[in-house]
Amino acid sequence: MGGYLVRRLFESVLILLGITFVTFILLYLVPADPARQIAGRAATAETVANIRDQLGLNDPLFVQYWRYLSGLAQGDMGRSYLQRAEVSSLIAARLPASLMLMVSAILTELAIGLTIGVVAALRRNRPADHGLMIFSFVAISAPQFVLGILLLYVFAVQLGWFPIGGYGTWAHFVLPSLTLGLLGAGWYSRMMRSSMIEVLNQDLVRTARAKGLSKLRIVTRHVMPNAILPIIAMIGIDIGLFMSGIVVVESVFGWPGIGQLAWQAIQRVDIPVIMGVTMVSATAIVLGNLLADLVAPLIDPRIKTK
Amino acid sequence: MTAGRDTGQGGRRPVLEIRDLGVQVATEEGAKTVLDGLSFDLAPGETLALAGESGSGKSMTALAIMGLLPKPMARISGGSIRLDGQELTGLDETAYRRIRAARVAMIFQEPMTSLNPLMTVERQLCEVLLEHGVCARGAAPARALALLRDVRLTEPERRLRQYPHELSGGMRQRVMIAMALACDPEILIADEPTTALDVTVQAEILDLIRALQDEHGTAVLMITHDMGVVAEMADRVIVLREGREVEAAPVRDLFAAPRTDYARTLLDAVPRLGSAPARPAAADAAAARMVEVEDLCVRFGISGGLLNRTVAHVHAVEGVSFHLRQGETLALVGESGCGKSTIGKALLGLVPWEGTIRVAGRPLRGLSRKAMRPVLRDIQMVFQDPGASLDARMSVGEQVVEPMRVHGLATGSELSDRAEWLFRRVGLSPDMLQRYPHEFSGGQRQRVCIARALSLSPKVIVADESVSALDVSVQAQVLDLLQELQEEDGLSYLFISHDMAVIEQVADRVMVMRLGQVVEEGTRDQVLRDPRHAYTRRLLAAVPVPDPTRGRAPLPPAEDLAEASPIFPVGCAPERLSLTDLAQGHRVAMPSI
Repeated sequence: MGGYLVRRLFESVLILLGITFVTFILLYLVPADPARQIAGRAATAETVANIRDQLGLNDPLFVQYWRYLSGLAQGDMGRSYLQRAEVSSLIAARLPASLMLMVSAILTELAIGLTIGVVAALRRNRPADHGLMIFSFVAISAPQFVLGILLLYVFAVQLGWFPIGGYGTWAHFVLPSLTLGLLGAGWYSRMMRSSMIEVLNQDLVRTARAKGLSKLRIVTRHVMPNAILPIIAMIGIDIGLFMSGIVVVESVFGWPGIGQLAWQAIQRVDIPVIMGVTMVSATAIVLGNLLADLVAPLIDPRIKTK
Repeated sequence: MTAGRDTGQGGRRPVLEIRDLGVQVATEEGAKTVLDGLSFDLAPGETLALAGESGSGKSMTALAIMGLLPKPMARISGGSIRLDGQELTGLDETAYRRIRAARVAMIFQEPMTSLNPLMTVERQLCEVLLEHGVCARGAAPARALALLRDVRLTEPERRLRQYPHELSGGMRQRVMIAMALACDPEILIADEPTTALDVTVQAEILDLIRALQDEHGTAVLMITHDMGVVAEMADRVIVLREGREVEAAPVRDLFAAPRTDYARTLLDAVPRLGSAPARPAAADAAAARMVEVEDLCVRFGISGGLLNRTVAHVHAVEGVSFHLRQGETLALVGESGCGKSTIGKALLGLVPWEGTIRVAGRPLRGLSRKAMRPVLRDIQMVFQDPGASLDARMSVGEQVVEPMRVHGLATGSELSDRAEWLFRRVGLSPDMLQRYPHEFSGGQRQRVCIARALSLSPKVIVADESVSALDVSVQAQVLDLLQELQEEDGLSYLFISHDMAVIEQVADRVMVMRLGQVVEEGTRDQVLRDPRHAYTRRLLAAVPVPDPTRGRAPLPPAEDLAEASPIFPVGCAPERLSLTDLAQGHRVAMPSI
């Protein structure tokens, strides 16, 4: 188990290293010039060249990359070009808000998605099942910015149940979590439904019924634990989907998280901040997958971590 | 077909009375009757066998009694099921739950999939005890342990904490039996309880069921397709066919003098060990060697450790040598996991192997996928499950000619002529060529698979459990077809099977395998009539005898066969058995004699 963890962490570091490389090259190839963004429109070509020189942007790619990596190894993610602050402190200030939103969105999507999936499977091919599957289809198809604005309009502007935007109380969490979570809820409900139906047709359910167990016990103790196994691996991958959703949702709801930070940085070619946010979200995805792989053997004794 | 005829043993009051039971299944073409007018009584302590081929309605009867018919597809269309006078048809779910396991318990065919893989044996046992209030929560684990002792499971304390995947098939079926007997039910329904198990394990499980029945006085309803099991277990038999009773009789009467034609054909089709006619001396020693195998090894890596390197190997096949002459049938026999199927796959290059293999004189060592192609024209395979080895979305005609297309042997009208010819050869009508696999019965599908294997005019066919999934009457027909093809074309068969009685019918020579190595080989009569290795003897002794008057001798103890596994750490290898020549060609592994 310990050896497995060490190996997986080592692999994770390699993956992250690969991500820094790919991101760095992509940003290097982007035609926009950060120096011009910093200098502003009125600046002379000489000022721009000076800034380029100062930032080391004229050095060859591998020198720049090496400089970045050695900084990273010492925990230095660089300084923002535009905001007078370290990238690490910018991220640290905003990460908690994003992480809390993410956790609340995951709980939302699991609660909604798994419930719908279980109910639909138990009522399969009946009206309730059809209705729920239409709902999940809509949830998957709706673009998040449309959904977010719609929820804002109905529940914040018209009904006034929840705040329009910002961050602070539990009420602030409801609409952004729903907006983020509904997409996943749509996916999970369909996956859980088909997984449940598969398990319901397995011999072990017939055995459970032959034992005279109640329907509730059969569903909760025998069917659901078996049905949820394939879902666990998905949750790890899902964190990656959240990262793209979070940029949109934080903008719509004015949520002070790293999604907004990333959005501003991309618009203004603030390369160190873009790199920083990418690294943070990549780390989250890698850790999410690792976590899913560590949880799976706790539920399924057949999986051996080796 | 009236009551009163079977009053059971000694006229005791029956515990189960079934009258005119009918079951219908909803299909696209409307309701289809799968069970019609079945009546019988089951007396306490008696064993009644429901025997029949697939589709006879025997499993439906069991599910109907348990109230477990798959809803909403199947329903009881009429008749009554009375348990000790209480009517069960139409009983609501809550009341039925108090019957299941507590008064009527059931064990199933697949102990692999019938247990919950995520729960320990202890939790699965305690669950049923607590549900029916057999004992208090605190007393349940002790009770579960006692149940495992009852079913003679080794190391019961350890088994309680284990999960199903850590147990062998036989152990899992013992756990199922423990679960079924947890509440001391009046009736035990056993639905093909040993069909998925190895023959020696089958013998042990049947012995166990009989012993427990004697101890507890349970009535047993045995559902099986295997007339050997019927002969060994049943007091009375009901033969079913297409949902109707064909014949009901005490077991000795049925086997001695079946009254109906169907029962007679069914019994005649059962291969009986020791009754097969002598094989014509087909393969004379001068015939060409079609397959030559020397020192074949197949190992599969098991990876693990910090760097995920290979830490151990499964020695699936270890140093096996044999040859197969033209027109000869060599049978590979052994229990699951002995490596017999792996040898077949190695011959077709489907698994990586080491050693020497020559097919029709051509060495296969180091051949690329492309260079293997001409070899595959000479050697083809027929698998166990014809349903799974045919493509459901391709017409059978297309599938039969596909190998010829791939090898560029024929085109256009030549292909369709050839397909028609092949279909006639395997006893199918050429106008079936356009149909799809689901339109065929199991036996017909296996004929399609044989036609596909024959399309390249191979010299050798590897038949891997090719008749194991078929009903006995169909099995006999397919075996006849294989024999016919051999006589006409001089085909050589490598016949892989676990079924001793089938092997006796088809084999010229027999090789018995255990843990990847050959323990005994020789002509059919040498190995089957005069077995010298303890393992061969045990295998033969375990085969149920389809004759209720003879009875099977008790299994010889397995003690001298060391419990062993084919898994060894890297660098270690199993000790090679050396074969000693006893008589012409009869070789046996020493020292186990």
